[in-house]
Order: sequence, then C-alpha cells, then structure tokens
Amino acid sequence: MSTTPSPTHALTDVAASDASLRRFLHGLPGVDPVGLEARAAALGTRSIKTTAKAYALDLAISMVDLTTLEGADTPGKVRALGAKAVLPDPTDRTAPSTAAVCVYPDLVEVAKAAVAGSSVKVASVATAFPAGRAPLEVKLADVRAAVAAGADEVDMVIDRGAFLAGHYLKVYEEITAVKEACGGAARLKVIFETGELSTYDNIRRASWLAMLAGADFIKTSTGKVAVNATPANTLLMLQAVREFRDRTGVQIGVKPAGGIRTAKDAVKFLVIVNETAGPDWLDNHWFRFGASSLLNDLLMQRQKLATGRYSGPDYVTVD
Amino acid sequence: MSDRPMSERLSVFKTYKLYVGGRFPRSESGRVYEVTGSKDGNWLANAPLSSRKDARDAVVAARKAFGGWAGATAYNRGQVLYRVAEMLEGRRSQFTREVAEAEGLSKAKAAALVDLSVDRLVWYAGWTDKIAQIAGGANPVAGPFFNLSTPEPTGVVAVLAPQESSLLGLVSVVAPVIATGNTAVVVASERSPLPALSFGEVLATSDVPGGVVNVLSGRTAEIAPTLASHMDVNALDLTGADAELATGLEVAAADNLKRVLRPRTGEDFAATPGTDRLTAFLETKTVWHTTGSLGASGSSY
Amino acid sequence: MTFEYAPAPESRSVVDIAPSYGLFVDGEFTEAADGRVFKTVSPSTEEVLSEMARAGEADVDRAVAAARRAFEGWSALPGSERAKYLFRIARIVQERSRELAVLETLDNGKPIKETRDADLPLVAAHFFYYAGWADKLEHAGYGPAPKPLGVAAQVIPWNFPLLMLAWKIAPALATGNTVVLKPAETTPLSALFFADICRQAGLPKGVVNILPGYGDTGAALVAHPDVNKVAFTGSTAVGKAIARTVAGTRKKLTLELGGKGANIVFDDAPVDQAVEGIVNGIFFNQGQVCCAGSRLLVQESVHDEVLDALKRRISTLRLGDPLDKNTDIGAINSAEQLARISSLADQGEAEGAERWTAPCEIPSAGYWFAPTVFSGVTQAHTVARDEIFGPVLSVLTFRTPDEAVAKANNTAYGLSAGIWTDKGSRILAVANKLRAGVVWSNTFNKFDPTSPFGGYKESGYGREGGRHGLEAYLDV
Repeated sequence: MSTTPSPTHALTDVAASDASLRRFLHGLPGVDPVGLEARAAALGTRSIKTTAKAYALDLAISMVDLTTLEGADTPGKVRALGAKAVLPDPTDRTAPSTAAVCVYPDLVEVAKAAVAGSSVKVASVATAFPAGRAPLEVKLADVRAAVAAGADEVDMVIDRGAFLAGHYLKVYEEITAVKEACGGAARLKVIFETGELSTYDNIRRASWLAMLAGADFIKTSTGKVAVNATPANTLLMLQAVREFRDRTGVQIGVKPAGGIRTAKDAVKFLVIVNETAGPDWLDNHWFRFGASSLLNDLLMQRQKLATGRYSGPDYVTVD
Repeated sequence: MSDRPMSERLSVFKTYKLYVGGRFPRSESGRVYEVTGSKDGNWLANAPLSSRKDARDAVVAARKAFGGWAGATAYNRGQVLYRVAEMLEGRRSQFTREVAEAEGLSKAKAAALVDLSVDRLVWYAGWTDKIAQIAGGANPVAGPFFNLSTPEPTGVVAVLAPQESSLLGLVSVVAPVIATGNTAVVVASERSPLPALSFGEVLATSDVPGGVVNVLSGRTAEIAPTLASHMDVNALDLTGADAELATGLEVAAADNLKRVLRPRTGEDFAATPGTDRLTAFLETKTVWHTTGSLGASGSSY
Repeated sequence: MTFEYAPAPESRSVVDIAPSYGLFVDGEFTEAADGRVFKTVSPSTEEVLSEMARAGEADVDRAVAAARRAFEGWSALPGSERAKYLFRIARIVQERSRELAVLETLDNGKPIKETRDADLPLVAAHFFYYAGWADKLEHAGYGPAPKPLGVAAQVIPWNFPLLMLAWKIAPALATGNTVVLKPAETTPLSALFFADICRQAGLPKGVVNILPGYGDTGAALVAHPDVNKVAFTGSTAVGKAIARTVAGTRKKLTLELGGKGANIVFDDAPVDQAVEGIVNGIFFNQGQVCCAGSRLLVQESVHDEVLDALKRRISTLRLGDPLDKNTDIGAINSAEQLARISSLADQGEAEGAERWTAPCEIPSAGYWFAPTVFSGVTQAHTVARDEIFGPVLSVLTFRTPDEAVAKANNTAYGLSAGIWTDKGSRILAVANKLRAGVVWSNTFNKFDPTSPFGGYKESGYGREGGRHGLEAYLDV
C-alpha cells in the first residue's frame, strides 16, 4: 500500500482548472444529513464487549495522536507528553504506545527527543494553525521548519475562506505546495475544520479536493472551534477514502480530532471505521484520533477490563 | 293514440341518450325501456337500457379522464362545478318539468328541488379547494422530518344514484365525488332516469371534461354487478341499491377492495350535507421529507 | 487481527414466561371453553416458549359479550378519565419496555436492536398520542360530539405483534370503544403480557379482551353479529375475505394489507443514504413488513454503482441470534413463512432473475433466510409482483421519471414508496404521482403515532395513526 498518492491516477485531469475542479466536486453525490446521522447513530448502538472491547481499546490507544496545542506549551510539558505517548500506562507495560504526539512546530525538536527510540511519531500542526490566515509563503516556511525539525507528520489547515468562496483551485494548489514542502519526509494530514465548512456536502467536496491534491490523511478539525469530530462527519470522510481507493487504488487515512473524550466514543468510531471503510483502515497507519484527554479514559477502561474494578483518575497519569 | 286536434303544433320529442366519455351514445345493446310518470303512469320517454358493455365503456372513459381531472387544480375544479350550477340554473324550467313528471310533484315543489340542486352544486364548488385543508395537514412527527398528509381522489367511483330523488339526489351524490378529483360512472335512478340523462347535457356544456361523469340508465341490478366487480373501479357508492342488492355488490366489491359507501336509510338530500360524502372517496397520502438534523451535532444540512 | 464483535446477548432473565397462558376475557385469564391449546415457539431456536389457550367460537361469544357489557361504562366515562388510563398504559409500557422487547424478540425472532429501538418506543408513543385525544375528540373534525362505535374486533399480524396491538387498541379505547383482539398464532405472548399491563393500569374489566388463536378464531370474531367494528392487519387475501364477511352488515371496516413498495433511486440521489434506505427498506424486520421497499427501481445510468454499493453494504449485515445486540438480521417468524419466501425466491431464479445472496452463516436451528437480491428483474417476474414478505429485494431499472412512476404504480397494491433524489421539485412531483398511502422521500420505513398510515388500492382502506386514525373508531 502506498502512502503517497501517485501523481498520475484516474482523476489527474480533474484539477486542470478551477472550473474542472468545481465540476468534479459539485458532481459528487449529495449527502442527506438525516440519513447520514441516522447511520452514524445506528453504528453507535453496536455493543462491543469482552474480547472485542479489549481489542478495540488497545487499537484506539495505538491510534491516538496525543496532542497539546496551547499557547502555554513548554518543553517540559511536551517532554512529559512524549513520555506518556511512549508508555501510556506505567503500571502496565502491555498497553501500546500511542501513534504520535502532536505539537506546534517550535516544539518538534523537543518532542522528537522525548519519543526517540520508540514507535511514536511526531506530528506538527503547521500552515498558521488553526486559522490558516497567513500568506502562503509564511505557511510554507512553517511547514519547512517543522519538517526540518524532524516532524514525521504535518497537520495543515486548508484555507476555509478560499474553499467557501469557491476558489477550489487555490485550496488545491496550497495543499500541493505544502505536500511539496513536506518533501516526502513527512506524511501530510489535511485539516478541513468541518465545523466551519458547515455542510456535509462541503465536507465530502473538501475530502475529495484534499485527496486529489495529495493528502495522506484527511482530518476533521483543529479542536479549536465549537464543533469538531462527530461520528457523522467521520463516517462521511471514511466513505470518501473508501471510494477514492476504489477509483484510484490509493489509500488515504482519516483522523477525527477534537471532542472525542471517552473510550466509549472511541470504540464507536472504530465500529464506524470497521463497517464503513473496512478493516483495512483499522491500523494506526490509516486511522488516528486527535485527542488528549481520551487517552486516560482508554487507559482506565483498559484497567477495568484487566482487573474487573473501575479505575479512577489517580491511577492514570495527568500528563 | 291521441285525441289531440291535428291543427295543434306537434312537439318534438327528445331522444334520451347515455352520457359517456363526453358523448351521447345510445346503449350499445340498442335496447331501451319505457319511462313513465311517477303519478299517472303516463309514458314520458324511452330511456337507454344500458348493458354490461355500456358499463365497461363508461369505466374506460372514466379511467381515461381520471388523470387529467385529478391533476387539475382545485380552483379549476371549483370553477367547473360552479359552471355546472350556472348551466343548471339556466335550464331551470326544463328540469322543473322533468323532475315534476319523474317524481310526481307539483311545479312549485319540483322547482324547489331544482333550486336546491343548483345550490348543492355551488356548495361543492366551494369545497374543491378547501377539503385538503381540513382533511390533511402537517403531522408533528418526533424526528427530523417534515410530514404532510394530503387527501387524494380514490379514482374511478361507481355511483348508484338514489332511486327516489331523481335530480337533487343525483347531484348530491355525484358532486362530492367529482369535487375531489374522482371520476364517476353513475347509474341513474332506474324508474326516473330522465333528469339524470338531461343532467348529462348540462355537464357537457359546463367545461366538465368528457369522461369525468358518465351517466347510465337502465336496470340497476343489471348494471351494478358489472361495476361492483370491475377491477378498474376503485370505489362504489351503493346509495341507490336496496339492502339485498347492496350486500351482493359489497361482496363483489371486495375482489379489489373497492371503497364502499353503504346505503343509508332515510338520507335527506334537502338537508345541508356534511363532508362525509367528500371524504368517503378520498385516500390519505402521507409524505415524509427529511429535513436537517435536529441536534446541534455540527454540520447539519 | 480483525475487529470481531464478541457476543453481546441481551439478558433473558428480564422476562418471565409462564409455561401456559389462558385467554384474557372480562379481566380474567381463562381456559378455552373446549380446552384446546397451542404452543408458541421461538423462531430462532424452535424452542417451545409457552402454551396458549386457543379461543373457539364459544370464547369469542364470551369475549364479545364481556366487551359489550364493558362498553356502556367505558364509553360513558369522561374522555379525560379514559385518557388517564391510556397514559397509565403508556407509562407502564415504558417501564417494562426492556422486558417486552426481549419477549417480543423471543416470540417473533426479530433482533433485539429493533424491538428495543423501534417496536417498544413506538408502542409507548402510540398510547401516549391517543391518550391525549380521548378528551379532545370534539376538536378532531368529526363533528361536535363524535360517538364510539361499540365493540371492536381486531385481528393483528405477527410481524410487529405489540406495535400492531398498540395501533389497534390505543385509538379504539381513546374513542370509547371496547375491544376483542386476536393476536397472531405465532406471536401471542406480547398481547398476553399486555393484558397484564391492563391489569396493572387498573383498566376496567372487559374493556380489553385478548383471544389467542388461529385464523378460525379471527374469522369467528369478525363474523360475530355483536361487533360494530372490524380492524384487520394482515394479508390481502384474508382482508378480502373479511370484506366479504362484513358485507351487508353495519360493521365499520378498516384494512391494512399487503404491499409491494417501490423504492425509486434517481441518478442524482444521495447514494450512500439511498443504499442505507434500500437496506432498511427491505431488511428491516427481515423484510416481513407490509410497507417494505421490496422493489428497487434504480435509474439505469447508476444501476451498477448502486448495486455494487448495495451488495457491499448488505455483506456487512450480521445475521444470527436475535437477542445479540449486534444482530441486524434475525429469524424468519415461522417455518410456513420461510417456506413461502424460499419458494418465491426459487421462482425468481427459475424465471431468470439473477440471484445474489449475502455471504453469511445460517444457524443450524430455527428459521433463517439470508438477505437476497434479485437483479435483472422486470415487471413480469413473480418476484416483482407478489409480496414476498421476506428479506428479498428485486432490482428493476427505469430511464425517466415518468417510467419510474409508471412502474411504481404498476401493481395492485398501493401502500408505500420511496424516492431518492437531491432535487426538491422532483421529490414533490413524483410523490404526487405515486399511488401509495405512505411516501418516504430520502428515507424509508419511518413511523410515528402522529403520521397516518394505510394503503391505496388492494393495500386496504382506512388510516391508522394521527387524527385520521380516530375516524376508524368513530361513528362518522
């Protein structure tokens, strides 16, 4: 499986012009919100117990992009986060590491050092996260700095203003430019800020736009707006990556981010992955949770499953 | 045989004909029967004695007319029904004479019945664009749906007109059927069919599309079973059937589950009708439309 | 490693099924006069659940007489008092809904997911809705003082046993009628549990009488000279027989019968939701739904795409233990029904339609039929014309909206239809032209107590639900 869309696939011509992109994106099937949300809710009623739950909890832990994106982030905070990502449960070394830590570009170096020697990747938000309101050159410099500092993954935000104004080619070109700046060294996650795109039709279009432009991952949100990842918008994006693979042979990852706080929620997302995109996506190479507090709940549920007792916050680390 | 002096002008008799598909055919069977006055038993005219095939032809005509009439705007149907009232009013003296002879009434009483018939048409003309508002409406379902119930015409309705009330009864059973967009095959009063056959002439000159109302005369017991068992008839008004006939017809009607309006005892056609004859031949269609999400879970529409 | 869902069975211990049940007549459980009994089995295991008294003519007489005696007092109660009884019933149904859901799943074979999330919530909602009407009938548009009819004879099917009971009993009681209800012979249990709910609610004796039995019991009930109202939900053939039985009487009749619903998918449909709607339309309750979307009419230009997506989606359906909370497809209700489905499906294949069956394992005991899709179907195929009442979808194509409408309407039935398109004006235009009592646009198989339900043509007459549902039980 390739991690990078090949430059030539069945849909290469789509991005020839703003007009052709618009034709393609507006030609995608519409989304009926009621049906989409009903499907997401129905999958949320799956009952995941015992062995299935144990599997799902470990899988979810391994998919976490453990995130800190605060103005008050310090090297100390990031080091602690890195340690937790590598060894989430100091009392139980069978707990898997998380997929990555996710930090601002200026802390990538610290993060790299903190996870050195482990499987944990360092992801960095870039492109004037979270608003994305900066000149392209500034955004690209942001990306190059992160990559130069050793980021394995770059989480960029799209220009929602351009998208909502219908300037799809501008968004497309910005993504390709960022992809180029990643230089093959870092996988690119493209954040839509679904809460700002507002409609499911827009989320579907943004998904295809990003996939066409070379995204390795499509990601719901920054976690900085009112509405972030939901079962429904994630399901929609999972349909998009499934179809994209059907049509191009290229597999793209999905990352819901923001608002997923409980193990129960995470398991629901995994059910959605399993029954929408399919088992091929049940791997942290293809699915991530952008989260921070989620990890502790996953760990507490894991302890409960192992011991039969409910755990408490004193038995997981605060980092 | 007549004792009338030969010097007097000889009047022109009318050949009463069926009204089917907007035309005035004779019975395909070529049969007629004698219609006599209700009081004196005098011969009034020969009326077509409709056959089963006439009934079948009438159903075909009614089915053909259904789509257009059901699809017409309610306003348009109201205009047409009002036009029927206007045309009937214009023929007041003719119908007064025919009703008087048919039902053995005085001129004054017959005229009053004609007037009531006109008024009845006006009443139903006004209903065409209101019935949906009282019989339908939005249903507040517990979910993200807009849900609307609308009455729609049942289809082709076979109507056995009342036997005793040759015009007012006829109008009172036919007008509600067509007001809502159904088309009708009407079996006129067996004994007094002439006002009904003349009413066909009123309909023909009133912008009522051909086939919307089809009028048959003859033996009710002969024609009705064909209509009751006809698989392309959707409903059956048994007003003009006696109890025994009605039961047999209702049994036959079950073959395709026709909607059946049973005969009622002592129905007073002079009284202001309610809406039950309008709603008897309506179907309720309920359409669910998805709306946006109810919750505030984000991207919703 | 793959994500295998471990068994997640709902506990059976919440329901206590007695080894035998009597008829519920005049507030008491009694034996049948002739002592006859029959057994009800769990269709997913063929385990005998319990033994029922089987009502005969003498029991019908007794039950109708009890309902007649109760009618005087019940119809004379102020509507506000009748309302409170119905509210009590609604609340008790809610309180006991887990128990009733498990019971229904055991007796019917449908997944617990459906009894828990669809049947039971709708049952409670239906009683709530009609409870509120009981003291507002003068505002319902049926005259200033609409009167009840008297004794209602009600015969219900096995596909939604308790929900169909609610659809029958709630409006009947709200309007002041008393009832004698016959549940289906394969699913009598929830009606008998409902009798216990009536007891808990303190409902006056004789207002609700429950007579388990077979078709002969139902025939005797609807033919009884002292019933004033007959309400039947079931097959069109039996509906016609009932219509003949009541001909010439003064009994008011409403019928909710079969269907062959068309689910029309246009080329601009929201495809993913359409696929969900198609699946829900034909596999909800194993397709044993009168309003099932059993005919998929898909625009030829998107036929392959839709069919591929559909098959992929159907392949994810989980067939098995109905009590497992993750089961999507439960058991077929009876061996007879299974035989009918199998025979019609075989006929479809014999007539040349292309058969596709979902890859799923069939349990060794019980009555099961895997989700099945026939493509290349035309209007002439039996599977496109006959109601199969099972998880079998027939796929037909059309080229234009007119052709879609013509094919959709080309049936003796007229119960339900679905429309899938993103174009609002097309939804409205097509919905207008469909001769069906319920039309779902961009959704399917949705039900609500406020929403009138019932058919055109041979799907029956009368409406259940909503303000319209009152008319069936009022002397208007």
